[in-house]
Amino acid sequence: MNRSLGAVRDLAFRQWTKLRETIQSLGATVEILPPQPGLPDLVFTANAGLIFHDRFFSSRFKHDVRARESPHFDAWFAANGFTVMHFPENHYHEGAGDALFCGEILFAGYRTRSDVLSHQWLAEQCGVQCLPLELVNPRFYHLDTCFCPLAPGIALYHPDAFDTYGRRVLHTHVPTLIPVNDAESLRFGCNAVAIGKTVIHNSGCPELARRIEEIGFRSVEVELDEFLKAGGSAKCLTLRLDGEEAASWRGHETNHPESTKPPG
Amino acid sequence: MAAKAHSVEHVVMTGHIVDSLLLSKVLDSIRSRGGKYHLHGLVLGENPDDISTASIEVIADTPDQLQAILKEIHPHGAVPRHPHDVKTVVADVDGAFPDGFYCSTNFRTEIRVHGKWIEVLDQEMDCGIRLDGESARCIPMTAVAKGDCIVVGQNGIRVFPPDAEIRRHELFEFMASPVSSERPKGVSVREIAAAMKRAKAAGEKVMAVLGPAVVHTGGGEHVVELIRRGLIDVIFAGNALATHDLEQALYGTSLGVSFDRGLPTSEGHEHHLRAINSIRRWGGIAKAVESGHVKSGIMHEAVKRKIPFVLCGSIRDDGPLPEVITDILASQTEMRKHIPGTGFCLMVATTLHSIAVGNLLPAWIKVACVDINPATVTKLMDRGSSQTVGIVSDAEPFLRSLVAEIAKSS
Repeated sequence: MNRSLGAVRDLAFRQWTKLRETIQSLGATVEILPPQPGLPDLVFTANAGLIFHDRFFSSRFKHDVRARESPHFDAWFAANGFTVMHFPENHYHEGAGDALFCGEILFAGYRTRSDVLSHQWLAEQCGVQCLPLELVNPRFYHLDTCFCPLAPGIALYHPDAFDTYGRRVLHTHVPTLIPVNDAESLRFGCNAVAIGKTVIHNSGCPELARRIEEIGFRSVEVELDEFLKAGGSAKCLTLRLDGEEAASWRGHETNHPESTKPPG
Repeated sequence: MAAKAHSVEHVVMTGHIVDSLLLSKVLDSIRSRGGKYHLHGLVLGENPDDISTASIEVIADTPDQLQAILKEIHPHGAVPRHPHDVKTVVADVDGAFPDGFYCSTNFRTEIRVHGKWIEVLDQEMDCGIRLDGESARCIPMTAVAKGDCIVVGQNGIRVFPPDAEIRRHELFEFMASPVSSERPKGVSVREIAAAMKRAKAAGEKVMAVLGPAVVHTGGGEHVVELIRRGLIDVIFAGNALATHDLEQALYGTSLGVSFDRGLPTSEGHEHHLRAINSIRRWGGIAKAVESGHVKSGIMHEAVKRKIPFVLCGSIRDDGPLPEVITDILASQTEMRKHIPGTGFCLMVATTLHSIAVGNLLPAWIKVACVDINPATVTKLMDRGSSQTVGIVSDAEPFLRSLVAEIAKSS
């Protein structure tokens, strides 16, 4: 992220509102977390934690400015029917920004923000298989900036964010992998929100849009450049409460009242 | 002392380390930084949801190289198996360990003190470990003094079985060979001769543990020859071996049986008692040799060449000879003094002393155990030393072959 480029406040709010409206137009319910003074990154709710059925695994942040967000997230989830779980001491984890289900497997990014051991602990807690992937490119410092499951077995990814091991793991375990080119990856095209067969992503990614439509999904662009300056885009600004689109487990019963209506 | 050329750390990885290629990544990483590794344990999960665990020994040439490797592999989930220092308790009584004391093996052992691994000295099985500042050693129960810092529990201790250090294709590699009289001896004798020479060449000591049958069967002259060739540096034995060796020197008999004619001599059954008595009158074995009374035999050769010997008494001794240590604990203490620097131990024809010495030796000292009784050899090999070669044989023929082999390859 480049904080030296000051985000224009009004523009940012308009972009955020457009994203919210787009999501709602697809039939999804959106819960709003009220902003808090002194917590500029609270808006990136993807990093609040990881959701698995009715458990919320609250993130353990490396940096203090985000660590101070956790009590707000914890309070919201506790009040909304989730069991709040905490990572053990010294186990850093940045939630759905670094751990994403694609089918049965939890893919996880480590090195910059989250630790391998945290992912393994999480996997054990949830009883799922977790495949940690090293994030070798500092510009793609969360997994959701370079990897986006759209449905079980289908995902977008940016090859240069991973090393040979990571790419081999992805190719082995994700049958349909759509590479996103450098330019569009830098615009955080991979940081997309999948709802049903619609994929919402940052504007200025025509190649990505084309590839998405090619495989039978619908591409919707929303300009989110003000948030790009802070190091995030569509996915970072949201946290899917009823299980990600590509997660196999969301087909099973959940306790959570909200659910996504499939787009008409 | 065990050779320790490398810096070593044990790390553990758990999770889906195979599917995620993390295990490969870590092993590749170790190699690409010039280190080596040893996979101590790899437990693979059966189903995709099951996790796997790998226990990896990371080996580097220098501590700095090791630290660099550990730093690189840590983010991929390779974490130290022993994140904690060793735990100690102050001994509250003399002559006994605190409850829960760590009980030693005869394998090379290290303990972690202030984050650093230090080698435990005087490695011996069935002891405790005493920490003195920055150094640690094995001590027997009887040596505990109130106030000693004794290691307790299992944390911060790592043990290196010698199997991991054996890579050569020699007899001593085949630890699990069954004991039997029906095995080609030539190979065994050749290997023992070679091992003794190798130890000497490396500046190590060769220890001989001898039972009285060595003399009874006429093997004394071969032991003398081994001493003359500089292949024995210390002798452990009992009253009987020394007594009958001296009986042979003074009377030409052992247990009254003549070496010339192989038949009992008249009043021969008294010879050994008269020999002991004479030695006692002369003031001991050393004095008997120096004054010229004893002119041949193992003891004579040992005194002349200043080869130390420790004679440990037993409940059935006649006499005993003056040099025999009748206090068992004092004997053990004396024997322990000779162990550092030993590279090879040859045990011939004694059950009691072989087992006693076997219990004192660290696992990396090669041992050859020769006895006419298969049970003795089995017992020695069962005690847990993985570096013991057993030969079922009468004492004299073995020693004769050994000397012949050594002479051949000189």
